[in-house]
Parts: sequence; C-alpha cells; structure tokens
Amino acid sequence: MTRLTYREAVRGALRQILASDPRAFLLGEDVGKYGGAYAVSKGLLAELGPAKVRDTPLCESTFVGAGIGAAIGGARPIVEVMTVNFSLLALDQIVNNAATLRHMSGGQVAVPLVVRMATGAGRQLAAQHSHSLENWYAHVPGVKVVAPATPQDARDLLLAAYADPNPVFVFEHVLSYPLEGEVDETSGAAPLGRAIVRRAGTQLTIVAWGGSLPKALAAAEALAAEGVDAAVIDLRTLRPLDLEAIGASVRATRRLLVVDEGWKTGSLAGEIVAQVVETVFFDLDAPPARVCSREVPIPYAAHLEAAALPSVERIVAAGRGVVRG
Amino acid sequence: MPSLGADMEAGTLVAWRKRPGERVTRGEIVAELDTDKGVIEVESFHDGVIETLLVAEGERVPVGTPLARIQAPGAPPPPGAPPPPGAAAPSVAGAPSVAGAPSPAAAPSAAAAPSAAAAPRSSPAARRLARELGVDLGAVRGTGPGGVITHDDVAAVRRDGAPGATPPAPARVPPAAPPPGASPTPGERMRRAIAAAMERSSREVPHYHVSLTIDARAATELVARENESRPIERRLVVGALLLRAVAAALRRFPEMNARWEDGRVVPAAEVHLGVAIALRDGGLLVPAIEHADRLGLDATMEALADLTRRARSGELRSGDLSRGTLTVTSLGERGVDAVAGLVYPPQVALVGFGRVAPRPWVDEAGGLCVRPVLTITLAADHRASDGHRGGLFLTEIARGLKQPETIR
Repeated sequence: MTRLTYREAVRGALRQILASDPRAFLLGEDVGKYGGAYAVSKGLLAELGPAKVRDTPLCESTFVGAGIGAAIGGARPIVEVMTVNFSLLALDQIVNNAATLRHMSGGQVAVPLVVRMATGAGRQLAAQHSHSLENWYAHVPGVKVVAPATPQDARDLLLAAYADPNPVFVFEHVLSYPLEGEVDETSGAAPLGRAIVRRAGTQLTIVAWGGSLPKALAAAEALAAEGVDAAVIDLRTLRPLDLEAIGASVRATRRLLVVDEGWKTGSLAGEIVAQVVETVFFDLDAPPARVCSREVPIPYAAHLEAAALPSVERIVAAGRGVVRG
Repeated sequence: MPSLGADMEAGTLVAWRKRPGERVTRGEIVAELDTDKGVIEVESFHDGVIETLLVAEGERVPVGTPLARIQAPGAPPPPGAPPPPGAAAPSVAGAPSVAGAPSPAAAPSAAAAPSAAAAPRSSPAARRLARELGVDLGAVRGTGPGGVITHDDVAAVRRDGAPGATPPAPARVPPAAPPPGASPTPGERMRRAIAAAMERSSREVPHYHVSLTIDARAATELVARENESRPIERRLVVGALLLRAVAAALRRFPEMNARWEDGRVVPAAEVHLGVAIALRDGGLLVPAIEHADRLGLDATMEALADLTRRARSGELRSGDLSRGTLTVTSLGERGVDAVAGLVYPPQVALVGFGRVAPRPWVDEAGGLCVRPVLTITLAADHRASDGHRGGLFLTEIARGLKQPETIR
C-alpha cells in the first residue's frame, strides 16, 4: 500500500494503462504541456511521449468526437474534459454517437471510450465551472457513469472504465483531487455497478457519492454523537444504479437520505428515492429525504457558495429529521 | 418565544417568575430568557391566570414556540386543553381499535402546540409488520416523528405482549442543533447575532448615505444652560437632545420610520427610537425608547439613562429589544467625526452622530469663527426612500437642533 492523493492515484492508473496498452492514448485540453487543468496528467507527456498524451484545441465537440472515432477505429482513447460544464458542447457527440452507435449498427460498431471530467463546486470557480451534471449522463442508456470518491476507487474505477467495451464517463470531484489515502497500486479493476457500504448503521441509510461522500461520513459521525446510527453507502457507479445494495440497507434501517450535489429537481437523488419507493416501500418508516444544492447557479462568493451546497450541517439536520421528525 | 430581533432563531428559558395558578397582568414580567443578545425579561401581553407552563427552565426553543398558556379572567379551561405536564397520559388500552387515537398528550413532543388529534399514522413498514403479526395498529403507541407508529413500535407491542407497555423511546431529546465544536460563550453568541443582522443588512439592503454638518452651538448652549441649575442626577447630555431632534423630525418622514416588507414601505404606527448601546465587555444592544416622539427632553433623558443602565446590567425586557422603528447611533464620545452605519433590518434608516467639536465655521455674515460643529449622517434603505427625502429629513433634524427650544 502507498499513501497517495486522489490525483496521484488517477495519474498512476493512467500511466499503467498508457504504458501497457499500445492502443491507448490520452487527449484533451491542456493534458500535455500544462499537465492537465487539475494537474492529473502532470509529467506524463515527458514520460510517455506526444503519441500517448495529446493536447487538443479548445473544442469539446471536436476532441470528444475524435475520441469516439478513434475508439470505433480500434484505438482505446481516454478523453479528459476540463469540467462537466464544458462537456455540454460535446453532448451531441456523446448522446447521438457514443451512446447509440452500438445500437444503430446492430452490434457491429463498439465505442470503447473513456471520458474523464471534473465536476462539482467548492473551489470558488463560479457557475460556469462548478456544476454537478452527472445526472445528465446517468440519464442516457448506452453509457456507464462512475464517480469515485476515494483514491483507491479513483484508480480501480478508472481501470474498470478502461476495461469496459462501451463508453464510460468518470466524474472526478474537484475537491477530491487532494484527498489522501492508502492505495494498493497492484489492484485490478473494481466491478462497475456496485455500491459499497462505507459505514455500517442501523437507523438511517445515507446514500452519497464522489465529493459528497466525505460530508456524508462526517455527518454520520455527528449524528452518532446525537444517538442516531447512520449507515453510509458510497454509490461509486451512477449508471447502472446498484439498487440491490441501497435496497438491502434501507430494508435494514427503514430510512433513506440521499446527498446529491446536483440540483434537486430532476436529480439523481430523485431517481434513487423513486426507485427505493417503487421497490421497498413497505420497508419504510419515514419519508425519504434529499440534501441537494440550492436551485441556483453555484455562486462565486465563498459564503454564498457554501450556502448553496450540501453541507455536513444540512445533512445532519436532514438525517435528524428523517429519524426523529 | 418572542423574537427580539429579525435574526433571532431561538432562545433559552432561564427562569419562570410565575407559577401555574398565579395571576398576571399585561406588562408584568413572567420569565427570563437567555437570547443571543443576553438575558432579558419577558412581559405578559395579556391579563389572566397562568394555566400551564409549556417550556421548562433551561430549555432552548425556537422563536414562536408557546411558552405558557394564560387563561383569560373568568374563562373556564378550554375543553381541548391538554393536561398539564406530569399528569398521566390517558390510557389507550381500552380504546376502540380504529378510532382510538392516542391523545396528542401521549406524543412525546416537548413543545406540543395545541392541535386537533389526528388519526394515528403508521409507516408502511409498521403496517406490513402489524399485518404479519396480527397486531392492531389502533392499540399501538407511536414514537416516530409526530407520533407516527413505526416498525419498532409494532415490534415492541409484539415483544412485550401488551400495548401500553411500550417503553418510552430513548434519546428523544429536543434537537438543539448545536453548531459543531464547543458551545459558544454568550459573548460569541452576541457577536454571531450582530454578524447575522449586519450580514443581512449588507446583503439585502441597498444603502445610501447622506451627511450634513451643522453649527451645534444652540444645542450645546441649551444643555449647558439647563445643567447650570440642575443637580447632578438630573443633568442632561447632548445625546438626549439629539434623540429628541430625530424623534421630532420623524413625524414628518413616515417612510424613514418604517419597515421594508414584501416589496413595500410599511410605516410604523409609533415612533420607538432604537438606541445603539455599546457594552463594556464588547458587543452591542439596540433597545428602544418607546413613543420617543411623545416624550419631552427630560423624559427622553430619563429613558436614555434607564435603557443604558439596564442594557449594561442585563435587565432589558423583550419589548425593549424588538420594538425599535429607527436606530440612532452616536459615536461622538469615541471621538469620531461621523458615523455612516448600516440599517438594522427590517428598519429602513439609521441616524449616526459624530462628536461635537470646536471647528472653524463661517457664520451668517461670512465671517470666520469657532463653533461646536456636529456631523449627522443618515444611512437609509434606498428601496424605501431616496436621497432627496433623506436630505430633507437630515435638514429637519438640523432645524430642531438649531432651534432646540422648539423640540424640548
């Protein structure tokens, strides 16, 4: 085991893939000379050469499209998009091509593409760099979506995304990059579509992922001090949802709280609540609750940004409300 | 729990001064509260007899929580009144199975507001378990939020064999939602309360400021002349005359003596002048002089002295802190020339006075002389008024100070 930051764990997985697979290459804005907007690919250009690490123009539609084309042609591209906000320029390529070509070609064309992008707020980068739009991608059949929350998962889920024969979107929360943890650098791919219980508990199930996981765990600790025993499930994969793991926990605790940094309306949190109510309604002791971002463009000012986002305090209050009213 | 400021969210009941059965009259002190702004006394707003104390000493409850029930003189106890705390909860064992709603008094809610008893609600999990076990939900006591019957309530009935033997739910302490870390000191809580009010003011109120510098000789001379013949305890301070000038001017500027509410100016019916009083160990309170427009100079002086003494000794009452309609702040004693402040929401104006200091002055004849000079600054909510009116308001205050006999 090695103590690594989340950023270093992603870089390690990238290096392993790029160095071992001749079909693999990384492309995106500033991934080469600059080392990546969040310094994830720092050093890889010098280490692996320009055929493996390719800077692109500032044109998401073009370089995501190029990645799709390369994947169709037999390469194994890993595309980095600076933030999920900018990825909207590539939605046509993603939704109309990457997600549908296998279907449209009757199985003759596969798109083994990995797209990594930064998501989330908390660094005062203002509305155009701070939104959490994972649910937009998790809405689309034909792709898979992962949101690793820990350094180990940052490595293992990227390996899993790479091994998958279909498009996989990897969301890395901007606050996760400096997180440190023990990482097994010999580990293989984690299974896609599996959530994991990060904290056992008997009275409340808190579901979180990505950048919200540390807040959910801190909230569970605070709730424990009040006598509320909360379990925390790290979703890890946002499409497909691991309803089995969520349902098993809710059947035991009979209460559900979902933390989602996206906006509440049309959120993944809403989908999770709906699926729980559809499947384990008769196991519930209280209405499920959600802690989401306020329905505003994420503000720049630090105190307004903090007020807009799910906080430990809001999660604690919501958890208390579910359990005690 | 009265609100003693726009940003007060909760308060702690420190002590009851009255017990159930005791008679109270309107305005009488019934309890002491610890708020973010210090310990204050609560007055009764009604005549009657204390029927029930709803909040225990030491309990912290949100603003708006009923503290006690007062029975109007001569009225019989209302039929729906819950029994006083400590009385045995009505047994539910013999209640009919469906309509046998547990009395709301049985719900372990500390601040149970009087409400009509609803049918017993049960969670989906409780209903399924009850069906599986053959338990009659009408005979189960709910311990969930709002008295909802939960899975565990049904399981407990089954385990214990009889309804009513359900042990009280553990750890149903009222969630006080303490901030993380150590509980704040009173000083810190006051700081936070000030911070909240001023953050709100800065965030929500588009301020404008206008200033006026006047020759205050007439005002200082009046005070000096009066004090020559007065014993020390009845002497005036210039501050009292400044308050008089503001109160008198306010009669003609209702849009300054107002609240901004739901997109419009709501003039206050009375003039209650909030006076910013700095505390010796830090912090700030803004108690109000009631009906300041109706008080003469002597009465204003008495009210000011009384408020200052009580603010510094912690004897303010709930009404003192909540009824201000415009705030006056004076930092002249601190040596400052002018005070451009922030209004205290939902008020829409604040008048700041600097010090009265001798300065070069050009008199009416165009000659240079030395006069006691004072700068008056208005901070006002631009949603509620404009600089034009603000300027006229300042001029009216100045007029009173230049002709102090007209406002004393």
